[in-house]
Order: sequence, then structure tokens, then C-alpha cells
Amino acid sequence: MTWSFMLSASQIVFERYFEPVFLPVNFSLGGGELLLVTGANGCGKTTLIRVLAGILYPTSGKIDNGFGAMAYVGHYLGIKDDLSVLENLRFMRDFLGTSKRSCKDVIELVGLSRVAEQQARTLSAGQRKRCALARLLVSESRLWLLDEPYSNLDLEGVELVDRMLTHHLESGGACVLATHGAHRPDWKNTHDCHLVSGASI
Amino acid sequence: MNTKTAKIAKPRKNALVMFIHKMGSPPWFYNFTGKFIPWLWLIFGVLAAWGLYLGLVKGPADYLQGESVRIIYLHVPAAWMSMLIYSTMAVMAFIALVWRIRIVEILAMTSAPIGAAFTIVTLTAGSLWGRPTWGTYWVWDARLTSELVLLFLYLGVIGLYNAIDEPRKAARAACLLSLVGAVNLPIIHYSVKWWNTLHQGSSISLLGGSSIDASILWPMLIVAVAAKFFYAANLLTRARVKLLEQDMRKGWVRDVLKEKN
Amino acid sequence: MSAQVAGGSLSGAFFALLRRDLLLAFRRRTELLFPVIFLLVVISLFPLGIGPSPQLLARIAPGVIWIAALLATVISLDALFRSDFEDGSLEQFVISGHPLTLISLAKIVAHWLVAGLPIVLLSPLLALWMNLPTESLGVMILTLALGTPILSLIGSIGVGLTISLKRGGQLLSLLVFPLYVPILIIATAAVMAASDGLPYTQFLGLLLAGLITSVTLAPFAAAAALKISLS
Repeated sequence: MTWSFMLSASQIVFERYFEPVFLPVNFSLGGGELLLVTGANGCGKTTLIRVLAGILYPTSGKIDNGFGAMAYVGHYLGIKDDLSVLENLRFMRDFLGTSKRSCKDVIELVGLSRVAEQQARTLSAGQRKRCALARLLVSESRLWLLDEPYSNLDLEGVELVDRMLTHHLESGGACVLATHGAHRPDWKNTHDCHLVSGASI
Repeated sequence: MNTKTAKIAKPRKNALVMFIHKMGSPPWFYNFTGKFIPWLWLIFGVLAAWGLYLGLVKGPADYLQGESVRIIYLHVPAAWMSMLIYSTMAVMAFIALVWRIRIVEILAMTSAPIGAAFTIVTLTAGSLWGRPTWGTYWVWDARLTSELVLLFLYLGVIGLYNAIDEPRKAARAACLLSLVGAVNLPIIHYSVKWWNTLHQGSSISLLGGSSIDASILWPMLIVAVAAKFFYAANLLTRARVKLLEQDMRKGWVRDVLKEKN
Repeated sequence: MSAQVAGGSLSGAFFALLRRDLLLAFRRRTELLFPVIFLLVVISLFPLGIGPSPQLLARIAPGVIWIAALLATVISLDALFRSDFEDGSLEQFVISGHPLTLISLAKIVAHWLVAGLPIVLLSPLLALWMNLPTESLGVMILTLALGTPILSLIGSIGVGLTISLKRGGQLLSLLVFPLYVPILIIATAAVMAASDGLPYTQFLGLLLAGLITSVTLAPFAAAAALKISLS
């Protein structure tokens, strides 16, 4: 199998308060590949993901994203409390202009059917996470950027993430996943990116 | 993608690009400006002393306004500077935003307090002059009102710069604000001027509108040039300090400090 | 970075966001009333503070109503991007690959519909309270209809810049009030001209020009401000 899409990063540096957050990062990631970003607390996993997402502008280095549209699940989930789960997803679908999948099916897949019509404010932390994961499926992006996707999830939820991930990678997608390491997804094409805090030099 | 990167990697460098590139390097900027800052202060001192001597001691008092006309030697150059510095700041802000050059960010941001100071001097001198002339310290005169709004613009830039913690982010935000202000400034200026005529406010010009006598003009021009040297010297001195502060933990600062001791 | 093209059309994204913001505003409709009530309270303070003389009130009516509208707008501005910034929605918008300029414009339009339009609709009542001559009422409404969108547009830049600050509201007023000066001058001049029976269309033309200019420029500046605030 050959995938023509690539995400490559060369010598990525991001400075905050005039200190590099992490040592320069290099990698390239093709379709069907998973990049595991690991490292101690404060080494800049979230920062790197946000740089890759285009939210932060790297101080130096170059990012080439051949995948096109990205989907991102971060610490702030981007769920509106005043909208129901279904409304949240429908908005994202309309906003992104993706319509292949029905929102109800996606909600069932992430196990939120029972609360689909409830306002998001009533959800538990784990349910909110599932709602954000559902957005990944609605977005139909080839590149996923996941920042600590396992946090707040129960065992079943962790399995759900792994299942979604496997399906995404099998169908040629790619994923950058930051985790502090309690759980490692199992996938054959996994690259490791161990971040080292920039303060260590 | 790769071919494109290779092309960008080796641009043909002309003298100007090289100069900007060099100026963008903190140690080079620090050492280069260090050489001529004392000269800037010296020229400022000489010009200011000469201009003020001509204006305050040698020059004649106005037959209508009396001695109070001498405030002109402070008021007018300060007013020019307040506007010149804002436009300089906006130009530097534009460069800083587009090319993300840290030293230009610093220069733009250190311009703001200097400009604000000149604006305050303008306003104070203006109202001190107003007391004997108009019989009151404050009149909503078009020029004074414009200066007041300009002061608010400066204060906004300074306030925003100091409110945001991360210095680079703060500088970028304040640079953007100063650009927005620069776009609005002519509109504000003309609308205030027009508002003043609409309400038949007093618009007695300090310069009387008539042709200015050479005995007033020359000292004023000399002080105005001195003010520009003051700005340059003050700006570069502050920018160097700021640079040292920001790069406190970088190697070149350690070298600089070692040389000093 | 190379192109991050989202699948959908720009107008689809624009209207989806506009619809969502209006729905969110509707879900929190009591909060919508606060700026409006603020406006009413501020206006009612003036007769109490300077006396109920009808001539005096009529004289200062255009300025008072416009200043109150300005204050009410600034009070409501913080809500423009605050919740989207805090809950991570703004990051999702950046990721989507849709231009942030378009997103800002959609949010500004939604903001004007829920915060600016009520001021325009309330203005006849305000004019009545302030004893504004009836012949200049139409012009008053027109200046507000043309001017309040400009307030929202210019204000969006200030909000974008201060959104990452915990207490950006106080700074916001310092940032935006100087920029509001020309609108205040032109709008009140138009109403005063109408009260005095003088021609006023040129002022409305100026406001219209200001509206067109700020619609074309302000969303770009707001988007740039948001990008900086997110970093």
C-alpha cells in the first residue's frame, strides 16, 4: 500500500518566555501511521500538538501537512453547554460541510444515544470526552491530533478510543497522539516521539 | 513541496536584506547601537541647549502673548514628536507583525511610553499656555482634543502590552492595536477638527495662523531636531535594556556582562 | 503550512455559525436583556442628574443616547468571543481551515443582531424620554442602525486582543473608546442637524462609508487578534 499523504515536521522549536519549550522535533508521518508523543509533565506535549494544529506558530522550523483537513481533541473540548449532544455535532457537521455520516449513528457509536437530546452541561467529564471524540468521526479528517484522549474515560471508553483509532488508521488516516503513558494504543506502524523539555539544556 | 523549500532556503541577499538580517540578531544590535548611543545623547544635549537658549533667553517676547509664548519651544516640538512617534511605532509594528522580528517588536513597544510622554508634555504645555491666553487651563480645542485621544491610543497600547504575560504575544497584540490605531488616527483627527468648527469652539492657534517670525521659528526647529535625537537615543537605550532583560539566560548576554566586569 | 481545506462551503460554515450563535443567545435570553436594561438605566440617570428641563434634555438627547448606546455595546462586547475562547470552540474553528475572518464576521453579525439591533429598536422610547424633537427621530434611528454595526465591528478587534486576559473588560473600554470618537461625532452631528432643520444626508453618507470600510477591514483585524490571543 502506498499513501501519498504526509505530515512532516523539521526542526520544530517553540519558545515561550524566551525559552524553548522542547528540544527541536523532527518526524514524518504517512497514512496509516501513528505518532505517539510521550514525555514528562511540562515537556510541551500539548504545545507540540497545538503547533501541529496551526493554533501556535513555531518559533522556527517547518511543518508540511499534506493531509489537508485536521481534527483535534484537546483539553478544552469545544462543546457548547447550552446545546444538546446532537446539536453540538450537527453544528460541527454543518460548519465543516461534511455530511456522509448521520450524527445519530456517530452518537450511537460513541455510546451517547441515551443522552443525545440532553444539554451538554448535564454530561459527566467522560461523556463530554466521548462527545468530542464523536466530532472526530463527523469531521471525516484524515489527520487526527489527539491530546490525552484517554483522560477521564472509563475502561470501555479507552477501548472505544482504541477501536476508533484502529479503524481510522486502517482506512489510511494518520494520527498524532500525546499521552503521558499510562495506556499505549497497540498499532503496528507506531512511531515514537519522546519530547525532552527545553529547560534541560 | 521539497523543491519549493530548497528555493526559499537560498535567497539572493542584497545589502538591505543583509542589514535587516544583521539588525535582527540581538548581540549585533546590542553592540552596534552601543557604539553610537552616546553620540545621540551628546547631539541631543547640544542642540537642546542651543535651541532653548535662543528661544528662552535671547528671543523676544511676543507683543500680544507676552512671555507665555515661549512655551511654544516645548509645546510644538513635543506635539510633532507625539505624532511622529506614533507613526514610527505603527510602521515598526507592521514590520514586526509581518516578519516576526523580535528587535523590531521591542523597538515598537519601547516607542509607546516615549510617545505617550511627549503627548503628556504637549497637553500640559498646551494647558499652561491656555491659562494666560484663554483664561482657562482646558479648552476643547481641536488640537488639544486630538492630542488627548492620541494619549488614550498610546495608553491602550501600553496597557495591552503590560497586561499580557508572555512578552512576544503581548508585543504582537499591542503592535496590532497600534496598527488599528494608525488606520483610525487620520479619521479621528479630521473628525475632531471638523467637530470643533461645528460647535464654534475656540481654535486660536498657538502660532497665530500668521507667518512665524524667524526669531521664533529657528529656535523651535532646533529644539524639534533635538527632540528627534532624544527619541532615538532614548529608544535605543531602552531597547538595549529590554533585550538584555529578555535574553537574560542566553549565552551572548553572559559574554556581554563578562566584558563589562 | 500547506492548504488545510475543509470540505464544506464558506457560506455553509458562515450560516451554520450564525445560526448556532443565535440559538445560543436564545437559550440564554435573560442575559440578552442586561445590556438593554443597562441602556435604559443610563438614559434615565441623565434627567435625574441634570434636571428635567425639556429644552435642556432635547439639546443633549443625541449625545446622551449615543453615549449610552456606546457604553451598552462595550458592556455586551465581552460575550462576543469569550465563551468560544474559554471552552475551546475557537481552536476548533482554527483547525477547521475555514478563514478566521469569515468566522469573526459571522460572530460579529450575530452579536449585532442580539446586542445592537435591540438598541435601534428601543431608540424611539429613548428619544421620547429625552424629549428629542419628533422630526429628528427618524435620523436618530438611522444613525443607530448604521452606527451600531460599526461599534460591533471595531469592538470585535478590541475583544479579540483582550480575550486571553481574565479581566479584559476594563482594558477593552480603553482600547475601543478612542476608536469610537469619529462615529460619535458624526452620528450626533447628523441628529443635531436634523433637529435644527439643516441638511443631514451627508452625515448618513459618512456613516455608511464607515460601515462599508469597517465591514471590509475589521473582520481581518479581529481574526489576526484572535490568532494572537490563542497563542
